[in-house]
Amino acid sequence: MTTPEVRPAAISARGWGWRHAGRSRPAVSGLDLEISPGERVLLLGPSGAGKSTLLHALAGVLGDSGAPGAGDDADADETGALLIDGAAPRAQRGRAGLMQQDPETQVVLSRLGDDVAFGAENLAVAPAEIWRRVAEALDDVGLAGLPLEHPTSALSGGQKQRLALAGILAMRPGLLLLDEPTANLDPAGVLEVRDAVGRCLDKTGATLVVVEHRVAVWKDLVDRIVVLQPGSATESAVLLDGPPDRVLEQARDMLIAAGVWVPGHVPATRARAAGGADGQGAPGQGTGDTPADPAAGGLLLAAEKLSVSRERPRRAGLLKGFGRIPPAPVQAGITAQVRAGEALTVTGPNGSGKSTFALTLAGLLPPAAGTVSAATELSRGAGIDPYTWKAQQLIARIGTVFQEPEHQFVTGRVLDELMFGPRQLGRGEERVDELLERLRLRDLVDANPYTLSGGEKRRLSVATVLAAHPQVLVLDEPTFGQDANTWAELASFLSELLDAGTAVVSVTHDAEFSQVLGGRELRLGAPQPELPGRMAPGVAAP
Amino acid sequence: MRQALTLGGNRALLTRANPLAKFIGVVLITIALALSIDWVSASVALAFELLLFPLAGLTVALLWQRGWPLILAAAVGGWSTAILAPDHGRILLDAGIWSISEGSLQLGLGFLLRGLAIALPAVLLMSCTDPTDLADALAQQAKLPHRFVLGTLAAMRLVGLMAEEWQTIGMARRARGVGSHGNPVQRLKATLGQSFGLLVQAVRRASRLAVTMEARGFGGARRTWARQATFSRLDAWVLLGGILIPAAAVAAALGAGTWNIVLLGQQ
Repeated sequence: MTTPEVRPAAISARGWGWRHAGRSRPAVSGLDLEISPGERVLLLGPSGAGKSTLLHALAGVLGDSGAPGAGDDADADETGALLIDGAAPRAQRGRAGLMQQDPETQVVLSRLGDDVAFGAENLAVAPAEIWRRVAEALDDVGLAGLPLEHPTSALSGGQKQRLALAGILAMRPGLLLLDEPTANLDPAGVLEVRDAVGRCLDKTGATLVVVEHRVAVWKDLVDRIVVLQPGSATESAVLLDGPPDRVLEQARDMLIAAGVWVPGHVPATRARAAGGADGQGAPGQGTGDTPADPAAGGLLLAAEKLSVSRERPRRAGLLKGFGRIPPAPVQAGITAQVRAGEALTVTGPNGSGKSTFALTLAGLLPPAAGTVSAATELSRGAGIDPYTWKAQQLIARIGTVFQEPEHQFVTGRVLDELMFGPRQLGRGEERVDELLERLRLRDLVDANPYTLSGGEKRRLSVATVLAAHPQVLVLDEPTFGQDANTWAELASFLSELLDAGTAVVSVTHDAEFSQVLGGRELRLGAPQPELPGRMAPGVAAP
Repeated sequence: MRQALTLGGNRALLTRANPLAKFIGVVLITIALALSIDWVSASVALAFELLLFPLAGLTVALLWQRGWPLILAAAVGGWSTAILAPDHGRILLDAGIWSISEGSLQLGLGFLLRGLAIALPAVLLMSCTDPTDLADALAQQAKLPHRFVLGTLAAMRLVGLMAEEWQTIGMARRARGVGSHGNPVQRLKATLGQSFGLLVQAVRRASRLAVTMEARGFGGARRTWARQATFSRLDAWVLLGGILIPAAAVAAALGAGTWNIVLLGQQ
């Protein structure tokens, strides 16, 4: 069934190219591409092929600050023509809808209904019609069960992306542009969003252009794959173009080499010396005292009846004598052991406190209740509770790699970034050289960390933490949004570390990744319900 | 932080009033109280404001939670006026350079009450007004430019996000060996570094949000409003209150002979 109000858009690029202001090389050049109304296209290609630039141009937002790599694009350079239905995208507000990667920035307003209405309001649609569209769009993306006043901050990542889709649908665009819409989502969220997009396309018949590394997710939904290559003066920007199966067959090796997740291909990784990826080496369940891995070494770190929360304890009011009120935990009663040379994989549904647990274990958050204790082999005189350690003591013992590498950058140069830990400690600078080599960062030593690609940032963030030579390495979703090459490198590198005796704790949804590492699995249950009455009268807010 | 920016399930009567009407009411009360520093007008206004509490869904505990800096400032202001103002009347307490007399105590009390009477309406307004509704009224009824109003509203949502980001960046930097320990200079350096990290993230988020808004057609000359901001009969009552409360306060002060225009500076 097709809603008559949506007119699918046609795209036509003829010799199109774009150079961002202040760059010598164009992001895209010589692009020739025709997409007919209603076609569904998956755009692939190595990073730097200009996929995001093309999507932003089609959305009519290229040249604004915030477009990839752009500062002030006043002196940016456009060549050739890029047209939607024969006219410039910029002149047709609302003809195309764009969804980006970071769910937090896809939400504009704080109430569900308002956020969906926002785009339609901007297009000056009549109010009665807007509310009709809001109800329909929320229904289409599967969010109709929530009230219109529902706070958008309370939504999960997958729900936020579906909300963004509803906001786009309410504009009745003829073209959907999705820029890695599921890269920041867990597996359940990925399917939620993919299925919602599929339903909406079936209903409206709109044209789709999606950029995504994980081909398997979108392969059955699209009817054409276009592979782009970095622009040059002589070659065409389009490397391959055709039906999914044919393109995947023709370009399989090239795509695998470029780090694309090709269906049915698990990148080769180094096998663990023992207890690792031996085919059925799925992580063992339970938290018993005996090591799951016979090669595992001594106990380094233990959590006992641990409750975790990101909130700080509050002080009760005057009437209650300013007593300490512990925060409501997101997860309680966790018991786990970390052993030298053994992997511990923390899994569980969204909101079950996996990351909070990892941060508490790593001495970055105080336990809400229960204890985290370091064995003498790890603490080496620094005290039992890692949270009380000084920062310098901590990094030489427990290293933590955050999900977002940029959060951990503290200098403006890759080499300084790597030297930072050893300099703090006054030792271990010689190890940096080895890490530069091993994680292929040697050519980037003078670059600014913020300008690196996603994969390079991930490799750097792991290297910087390891430069301080910790005995325990904690990683929060290390493989999120990574291409297949970075994934394989990371998994192989960690398997080497494990065999060398480092303990690796990783929070992950990635079953293939934890299979490479082997070891033990700690599965956290559904989140604890929010306790009512937390803001009870007499409790002073900070 | 996030809860502070929403009504959090408050369903009291005044939450249904038009934010612009409430805003005008608050301005009227503030202007009248700023004119004089006597204690009679301040306490009359304060008494009326306390009566409005239940209508705004506010309790004493909530008031303290949201308005404690203002309340504290009023108390400090009153106290320092009491000990520092020129003495007249009987001396009640004499501690060298500090002394409290009947006259200075009265002045200090007037200061405290006035501080509270001016601060409370603002807290009342905030606790019964959703920022989204305020933005609606400011753009549709006060005719402020919608680009500015909606841009501010969207940015406010990011402020809550940034509060969480601050905590994360602090932990991420500790994991790199940047401690909040050490001497004040080291601490200052660590805080500056953390602020820079937050700034980078804030700018990135803000520019991505700007792209999102632009891609949804934001920034055109004409737009419609899905929710029309309207005035109702309730708003007439709100405005009436905004006129009657300061009028009663001024009348009471005139009647008691304590009315004391600040600008004329009589002692």
